[in-house]
Amino acid sequence: MKREVLNYPDKKHLSPKSNPRWGKEEETEIFGQNVKLFRKGKISEDDFRRFRLQHGAYGSRLQQNYSMVRIKIPSGEITPEQLEKIAALSEAFSIGSAHVSTRQNIQLHWVQLEDVSEVMRGLVDVGLTTREACGNTIRNVMCSHFAGVCPDEQFDSTPYAKAIARFFLRNPVCQNLPRKFKINFNCCAQHGLVRIADIGLIPVKKDGINGFKIYLGGGLGAASFIGHQLEEFTSEDRLVSTCMAVVRLFDRLGNRENMARNRMRYLVNEMGWEKFQRMVFKERSSVEMTISLDTLIRYKVDSENPSIRQLSNGKKLPLINEKVDINSDPYKRWLHSNVVSQKQNGYFVVFITLGAGDITSNQLRSLAKTIRDYSGEGCARNTPNQNFAVRFVKSNDLPEFYNGLAKVGLANPGALTMTSTVGCSGTTSCNLAITNSHRLAKEIQSKFIELGLDTEDDLRDSSIKISGCPNSCGQHEIATIGFYGGASRIDGTMTPTYTMLFGGRDGEEGMLGRSVMRVPAKRVIATLIKIIEIYKQERSSNESLAMWIGKLINGVVNGKGQIKNLDDIKTALVQTISLPSPNDDPESYMDYGNDIKFSAKTARGECAA
Amino acid sequence: MCGLKYTVKEKKTKNILSRNHTLSNSQDIITSADILRTLIRRNSVRVVDVRKEDEYKKEHIKTAVSIPLATVLENDSSERIVQLLEQSGISDKTPVVVYDDTFGALAARVAWTFQYVGHSNTSLLELTFAKWKSYGFETEKKINVFPPAKHSLKENKEIYATYDEVERAKSEQNKILVDSRERLNFLSEHIPGATNLPYTMLGTADSILREPQEIKRFMENRGISIDDEVITYCGSVGTLSGLAYYALRMGGVKKIRLYSKSFKEWKKLGKPIEEFKDANFWDLSAE
Ligand code: HEM
Ligand code: SF4
Repeated sequence: MKREVLNYPDKKHLSPKSNPRWGKEEETEIFGQNVKLFRKGKISEDDFRRFRLQHGAYGSRLQQNYSMVRIKIPSGEITPEQLEKIAALSEAFSIGSAHVSTRQNIQLHWVQLEDVSEVMRGLVDVGLTTREACGNTIRNVMCSHFAGVCPDEQFDSTPYAKAIARFFLRNPVCQNLPRKFKINFNCCAQHGLVRIADIGLIPVKKDGINGFKIYLGGGLGAASFIGHQLEEFTSEDRLVSTCMAVVRLFDRLGNRENMARNRMRYLVNEMGWEKFQRMVFKERSSVEMTISLDTLIRYKVDSENPSIRQLSNGKKLPLINEKVDINSDPYKRWLHSNVVSQKQNGYFVVFITLGAGDITSNQLRSLAKTIRDYSGEGCARNTPNQNFAVRFVKSNDLPEFYNGLAKVGLANPGALTMTSTVGCSGTTSCNLAITNSHRLAKEIQSKFIELGLDTEDDLRDSSIKISGCPNSCGQHEIATIGFYGGASRIDGTMTPTYTMLFGGRDGEEGMLGRSVMRVPAKRVIATLIKIIEIYKQERSSNESLAMWIGKLINGVVNGKGQIKNLDDIKTALVQTISLPSPNDDPESYMDYGNDIKFSAKTARGECAA
Repeated sequence: MCGLKYTVKEKKTKNILSRNHTLSNSQDIITSADILRTLIRRNSVRVVDVRKEDEYKKEHIKTAVSIPLATVLENDSSERIVQLLEQSGISDKTPVVVYDDTFGALAARVAWTFQYVGHSNTSLLELTFAKWKSYGFETEKKINVFPPAKHSLKENKEIYATYDEVERAKSEQNKILVDSRERLNFLSEHIPGATNLPYTMLGTADSILREPQEIKRFMENRGISIDDEVITYCGSVGTLSGLAYYALRMGGVKKIRLYSKSFKEWKKLGKPIEEFKDANFWDLSAE
């Protein structure tokens, strides 16, 4: 036998992206050592917690011996070998599934604290890091998953997002901020989360020069705010100095006392926007006067494969826009709700529908293979809807793409519709959770797919997002219909409930949802179905659910119907949300995933270090 | 030290099939594919296939005999096991290499049983059958029968733990109880005081056990020292914990026992268990 056959298959894949090397080997060693010192009582609990969060490991629900390891995916761009590594790490040290988060991180749950350094070590191999993924730092820098392919964008913001991420990672200026700090890039006005970030940026051109429209001081949480526009246009050469100025201001002036009110949005709110804005300009001037060569070198925008951006095979795919219904061929149904065309003629973005962001190790491996086989750019993006987007897929490859994924349960329809429900981790792993938002999101998704709601175009621009407590990790406030978990006494029995919100939205027109009413956990699905039913009776022609809800919250529904404002819909839903007596049906007073009486249990959140 | 005794001149090669272990005893525990192929060629090894008999009949590693795990578990009295060895032509000195088609756990349980009845010269094949085949190494369909041999019975009680030893371990210093089930099973319920070392940590896609240095690091991370006395257990019959038994030995632990009746017996006996019900972690799994 010839020797060659002994060689293990070559895993090196020729991705057009280079390994960005975000991770550092020595940090994994230090983490491992510190865990040991902490176990021996040589580091205080507080110091260790701060250190742990700085390095991307949260404590797990009511079990401080386990961590949720948050892997940053800067700009959401991830390569097949990174996915495969995460698959292997999850299998070995976590639970055999990974979780795509609402901020383009990938999280491994229930990792034993003792193994966190091993996870980090594996991540370093493929260039990833967990550094500054939690704690009072600059968190993962997000970028619209359409950046580079969006028909409405003026230029690709991805390289800028990555350059900013690299500039701030391990930068001394942001190692101990008053609180976490989030930076989000859009591709166009519509796609992205610019209005709910500390710094939100939309790429725009002015007189042929690249630059940004910058929004400051937005963010979700127990109290949420929409960001303010700094100035009409910030040219790209002022991008670093502007961001730096904002971070420095926040570092200096932010509230370090009251943990519940120390995000930058509170500073902006208390100081008043005009004053804050003036201070940013002033700070920026001094940053620009003192900016060092070192700083400029640190910040470097790499150009991204220009060749692939100009690809075109000229083939359109009519099916995407063809009407489908619940009886349509599964492939057509999938095509309709998971595939969109890019600005590059003949190329498509394909979305992989996950359930509340969860994906098994085996599925990750299949996804990696799919990316290698079919993506012209050789990588994928994770999305704030807790899904993946594979881009630069050719139309003729779509059937095979679909078939491959269908075999491993990754070809569910509905990624771009309301059925793809977002749910934070809730009681599956979070210390602050009151309800099992995670499972609820999955239940809604499977029910909606079963009912074929992914095929209804009028529901398409709506979204459902769920958090397990008011902290908004599930981004419920920017959903068409959002929910956050709580506990209420109903008929003398503690019951998991959700506060339902209407009319939130993302993008530049970002808006926070308005609170409508409380719904028992086990009535949420029935309530959603009822809302859709009412909408169908009440709407004027062609009005989408999101449009109808938008009018409802403003009380300007003028159609034929009875339901004209939030009070009307509350009344219409009273029946649906009511529960039988606890003796007749104890289960409706329990949360999803539990067969015992509900009780709200929480522990220290670590949401601020 | 029990383990596979043989003399083969090792070829220097970059191939990971012949691993360059730094810890002395790893070669006793694991046999690389290269070495096994050489031993087969020289006719100086008994290869034991622990998969189902049907699988064996379809195809197996050249010269292998079939001793399915189920046959071992059916009646694992020491006398019966010795009988199985003798029927397979294994005498006290015959080097034995065991393999399976999972990830080494079934092979580990059988290898441990052989060692328990005194066949110290037993080791695990580094690869599963599927891997072996994928490299195009020698297989055959022929059912191998060897002349019966004589084998003595010397029970090696030091590698076995009963439930009362497990119970006592809790209150004794330097005794560590290792649960080798997957994380979510462990979180749901486990024997009080146990440490979780999921079997999923022990191997890689290419080898049923990781490099000794790595296993050693995992142990050190958990505060397990090579001088501790360790008992491993898993869910039902000691397969996953059998693999953990060998992994920890490879990491250098000197005293280690397998609680082969594991959590199943523990629960049946109504012994105390530690449960964790305050988190819905099962709902995170995308299965
Ligand atoms: C007061 C404490 C907290 C606040 C205010 C908070 C806020 C947020 C917000 C607003 C997001 C949404 C993403 C965005 O910023 O656009 C987020 C994401 C997230 N946070 Fe928190 N968080 C808190 C504590 C925690 C804790 C204790 C955990 C669990 C260890 C946690 C886990 C997550 C997760 C998992 C996500 C991603 C959502 C998902 O996909 O599951 N958060 N956080
Ligand atoms: S919203 Fe609440 S329950 Fe959900 S992850 Fe955030 S803190 Fe936890």
